[in-house]
Amino acid sequence: MAARGLRLGRLLVIGVPMGWLLLFFLAPFLIDFKISLSEVRLAIPPYAPLLEWADGKLVALHLQLTNYRYLFTDSLYVSAYGYSLKVAAISTLLCLLLGYPMALGIARAEPARRNLLLMLVILPFWTSFLLRVYAWMGLLRNNGLINNLLLWAGVIDAPIQMMQTDFAVYLGIVYSYLPFMILPLYTNLEKHDGTLLEAAADLGAKPLAAFLRVTLPLSVPGILAGALLVFIPVVGEYVIPTLLGRPDQLMIGRVLSDEFFANRDWPVASAVAMLMLVLLVAPIVAFQRVQSNAAEAR
Amino acid sequence: MTAADNGAASAPLSAAQPCVRIEGVTKRFGAFTAVDDVSLDIQEGEIFCLLGGSGCGKTTLLRMLAGFEQPSAGRILIDGQDMADVAPYERPVNMMFQSYALFPHMTVQDNVAFGLEQEKLPKAQIAQRVEAMLSLVRLDGMAQRKPHQLSGGQRQRVALARSLVKRPRLLLLDEPLGALDRKLREHTQFELLGLQKQLGVTFVVVTHDQEEAMTLANRIGVMDRGRIVQVGSPRDIYEYPSTRFVADFIGSVNLFEGRLTEDEADYVRVACPELPAPVLVDHGVSAAPEATVWVAIRPEKIQLLRERPAGTDNHAQGTVRDVAYMGDMSIYLVVLPGGRELRVTRANLQRKEEEAFESGDAVWLAWDAASPVVGTG
Repeated sequence: MAARGLRLGRLLVIGVPMGWLLLFFLAPFLIDFKISLSEVRLAIPPYAPLLEWADGKLVALHLQLTNYRYLFTDSLYVSAYGYSLKVAAISTLLCLLLGYPMALGIARAEPARRNLLLMLVILPFWTSFLLRVYAWMGLLRNNGLINNLLLWAGVIDAPIQMMQTDFAVYLGIVYSYLPFMILPLYTNLEKHDGTLLEAAADLGAKPLAAFLRVTLPLSVPGILAGALLVFIPVVGEYVIPTLLGRPDQLMIGRVLSDEFFANRDWPVASAVAMLMLVLLVAPIVAFQRVQSNAAEAR
Repeated sequence: MTAADNGAASAPLSAAQPCVRIEGVTKRFGAFTAVDDVSLDIQEGEIFCLLGGSGCGKTTLLRMLAGFEQPSAGRILIDGQDMADVAPYERPVNMMFQSYALFPHMTVQDNVAFGLEQEKLPKAQIAQRVEAMLSLVRLDGMAQRKPHQLSGGQRQRVALARSLVKRPRLLLLDEPLGALDRKLREHTQFELLGLQKQLGVTFVVVTHDQEEAMTLANRIGVMDRGRIVQVGSPRDIYEYPSTRFVADFIGSVNLFEGRLTEDEADYVRVACPELPAPVLVDHGVSAAPEATVWVAIRPEKIQLLRERPAGTDNHAQGTVRDVAYMGDMSIYLVVLPGGRELRVTRANLQRKEEEAFESGDAVWLAWDAASPVVGTG
């Protein structure tokens, strides 16, 4: 009786999230994959069926890779992928360089102050993401707050072009995604055993050497978790580059949305999404491997 | 094994200069005084044990020697050099942590090499010293393991190797055997003693375990509430406790309150309300006549007898209430008519005890005038 109850309980506990993932991730993924292999047409839905039935019998299977091939023939897509990966990589690095000292500072603060500092990191989430990006527009515009202040102070004679530059994109992304870097890093750093640093000092390591040889290597799982939490969504980021970025260089999120909504080319849009997923699977797999290695070392 | 090895300027050592001198050191955390005006000299090559219960300040004192805490008052000198402005990474001192604090992401070899790498020694020399140290603590063949792949005893030896490989002037050991099981402890204890003798390093050991302190130490400093209450050899501490706290803390003891009735230069007599006969002690005590004193008698110094002993002092009559057979010895709990319970131990010298005392037996207790300790503190 008890054993059966336990088994049922386990099934429920694992089953609910598994069902959720199956229904809302795997099924849409398969539908998307199917669409990416079909042909575009002007109809509802705007793509041709993969399977053709006649009299209850399968008569034809329309599988084609033209959508994928198309992604490599038009330089727009390759350039958008390249630019997205570049922006994501640089933003991740910037978030790490900014976020690591902050996370370390919070982790080493007095326990009573840690919660306050963490609150401050999370505080921006209380305002809508979109609103905050609009606020940046207000700050960065040619007649925005920053330019007006600098003009008024006499530091500059003409407004600096900040909007629609790479600078604005990096600023917006680093600002928005910094907490996703800080939180996993903090979770890792906060668990570090302080006596390890005392041991390092005792063995003659100056603070910098102790950091490089003890704290940094032990925080690699936190760095990877934070880097992935920033890198993956930034690759597909749509709002920030659209509102703050260059009009002449699209990121892949924008391309995807344009294909779906402006061109109504669902098959190509699906192919764009599939390829993006493939590009993101590699870092995820690498992360999983590091995580399982770290778990083994415990 | 000189201070020059550690890069410190070494003054010519006079024989009288202690390895460590602690002068009036006090450490306060807010309103709490963890270490209270401690002064202590520790000699070169000595194993000194700081012994006390939890919260007595022993670990704080050790951490001040390592440089992790700064004294609120007083000075610490190592080889005559004031340590006030010397950072932990510059002190000729190494510590073995209670938790071992091994670097979990490094192999055994890298853990042991860490300290030497900080000295920027040539690689070949580091490798050679690490190898020699690992073989000294019998960890050959384990060099490439990670700490989580080792047993508790092996981890302890890695920690020891790591702290000894730098050839410190002074090795601090925080509860070095605390995490080991009983059999391993005994074995490791003797190993530690052997290593210390071989390397000649001065050891300061912190422990709450009196057995550990007794077997390891040349001298023990008993601590209570931030103060050092007695310093002496293990035998001194056990046989001549200077205060009631020390008598009670070290080993088991039968303690009585009493009144000084006769106070001569070479003997005293104490009347204890809980004992029928006066207690005769063959040493003097510096107390006023009629003063209230404590008397301590160790359980193994009390004899169990069937017959009433001769004389008028140092005996009592009672009933055996419980016998605990421990193998090498037995512990007897004897109840006196007044209700006071005494602990008596007796070595089991014969395999078959013909006349064993059993619970319920009426017995006489007796002890020598040399056995009890009397004090006022």
